[in-house]
Amino acid sequence: MLKGDFNENMGRVFIIYTGGCLSAAAVLVLMSALGVSDHVVGIGFVLLTVLFYALMGLLARTRHAGEYYEAGRRVPALYTGMATAADWMSAASFIGMAGAIYAAGYDGLAFVLGWTGGYILVAVLLAPYLRKFGQYTVPDFLSARYGGKPARLMGIVVLATASFAYVVGQIYGTGIICARFLGIPFELAVFVGLIGILLCSMLGGMRALIWTQVAQYVVVIAAYLLPMILLSTRETGIPVPQIMYGEAMQHVAELQTQLGLTPDNLGINDRVNFFGLILCLMLGTASLPHVLSRFFNTPSVREARTSVAWSLLFICLLYVTAPAYAAFAKLEVYNHVIVPSLSAGPDWLAAWSKVGLMSLKDGVFSIDPDAVVLAAPEIAGLPFVVAGLVAAGALAASMSSADGLLLSIANALSHDVYFRLIKPQAETRHRLILGRVIMVLVALLAAWVASQRPAGILTVVGWAFSLAASGLFSALVLGIWWKRATNAGAVLGMAAGWAVCLFYIVATQKLGMAPWFGVKNIAAGLFGLPVSLGVTLLVSLFTKAPSQEMQDFIDSIRVPRGQVKMVPKTE
Amino acid sequence: MAKDALTPENARRYWRETSRLMWLVLALWFLLGLGLHAFSNSLNQVVILGFPLGFYLAAQGALIGFVVVIFWYTRRQNRIDEDFNLSED
Repeated sequence: MLKGDFNENMGRVFIIYTGGCLSAAAVLVLMSALGVSDHVVGIGFVLLTVLFYALMGLLARTRHAGEYYEAGRRVPALYTGMATAADWMSAASFIGMAGAIYAAGYDGLAFVLGWTGGYILVAVLLAPYLRKFGQYTVPDFLSARYGGKPARLMGIVVLATASFAYVVGQIYGTGIICARFLGIPFELAVFVGLIGILLCSMLGGMRALIWTQVAQYVVVIAAYLLPMILLSTRETGIPVPQIMYGEAMQHVAELQTQLGLTPDNLGINDRVNFFGLILCLMLGTASLPHVLSRFFNTPSVREARTSVAWSLLFICLLYVTAPAYAAFAKLEVYNHVIVPSLSAGPDWLAAWSKVGLMSLKDGVFSIDPDAVVLAAPEIAGLPFVVAGLVAAGALAASMSSADGLLLSIANALSHDVYFRLIKPQAETRHRLILGRVIMVLVALLAAWVASQRPAGILTVVGWAFSLAASGLFSALVLGIWWKRATNAGAVLGMAAGWAVCLFYIVATQKLGMAPWFGVKNIAAGLFGLPVSLGVTLLVSLFTKAPSQEMQDFIDSIRVPRGQVKMVPKTE
Repeated sequence: MAKDALTPENARRYWRETSRLMWLVLALWFLLGLGLHAFSNSLNQVVILGFPLGFYLAAQGALIGFVVVIFWYTRRQNRIDEDFNLSED
């Protein structure tokens, strides 16, 4: 079916996708109106979302990897920006972020700031130069700049561990949704969600992504905005939640004073962790290979910069709504649970208690941050289909991110490690089968880790950012901006930063080590970053300066015009 | 500009301009992303439309600032590319 140029098909894909989503939603609304039970409607939303993704994958199946990159070279900056934003909005942004603000108040805003500001670093320090270099992946760049195999391998190690943590967060998110809406135990739901993810990536893979992401952005943001627009209208009379939530916050504060409860924290509390986390998330954004690889393939250097700018704009649209989501969710919890001092549990309370994310004991209501976004429509008494829509949006956001990440891990291991480093004479068919096997194994491992509930979604995804920042940021930025950075300096710097960060996370999380200076392990990059920077600088200064060919290569990627002067192949 | 745009001298001057813009943007990034929020508790004394100002700046103000800075940067950098006759053919 969908053959030919991306731009020609854009309109059609858009209509199929949004039309499909709308009609699916309409069917479920109708079912609900005809008196079909909420339980069945909930199952319907989950199954239809998975089915829809599998179908889109099938439609786009005819295209192969080369064409995927080629397609990128013709997509205008606006669409690249939108597709990047869709890819970016994962379970962490959709399910986790508003919950963190709900629970921690001001301190939760570290996620809002950290996951947007990093794009400025991408635009200024990296994207245009990586685009001029132009060769597909971050390990490719590291290998070209830092003399081959060791740098490539170290890049892959960081990429694989960071992406793995990221995938665990996504699978955890799909597990929560499946457990709640299919009514099955969480440990089982994780694997059900996994089947959905694998089905989609096996059927379509990377090829499917570019076709659907632009349309997916619209659906995801609509699913996020709809309950907020409804609540803002109901509570304040004006349907602009991003402006009206100040009023909701004031209401909540008044109720808290009346009930003699401690008011929410709206100012800075823990400075070290707040700023430390922002820094890790920002530098991590500028180091995550699945974000950066998008900008290797824009039509031009100029478009690379503009694409980053558009990505940031589209991401900000969701992110300015997250604090509003938190504020209105809290107002509804006060209005419907705390003020009427609810005792007998409504249906949603029982359902969420079964997942283990909500409880009401002796008049004390508690809700896990990861349940806030998904449960808010029901708590507020909105029609159940709204809750279903939010769940479908969250599922779409988690599944697409998990797909892309699993594919990039599998590609890195089968293509970069097996083919490039171990067995260059491997047959294509052989490599493809190996890639699939690796993907299933990695996915199963990730699902198993997720089923152990290692931590909330945000913490797990936060580790991914700390690991990426500690491992790759110094090597990437210095590789472009500092000609003196040497092969040995970069490889040792990446290894040291990554190892310190990983050690801190594992030791504080699993081995009971006391935190250093009170830094939470989500901001482990606070130790990894200076180590990687220091090692890279020092070792570089004590080793022989890069060759003239290497300096010419760096000069050639710094200017938009002219040929890239590659250093003769060393691997 | 008749001269060859890719002379080493021209490229060096181009890189100096580009670096200057980089530092300027990084300074703005630091201010909006980190520096500003150190004062959130004092800024919270001001309340507009129900929003304590410090909270608002972290929740929305800084994000709007980021978007403005990034689009401004792309325009400035494009102009530098053209001035040095180094934009793509």
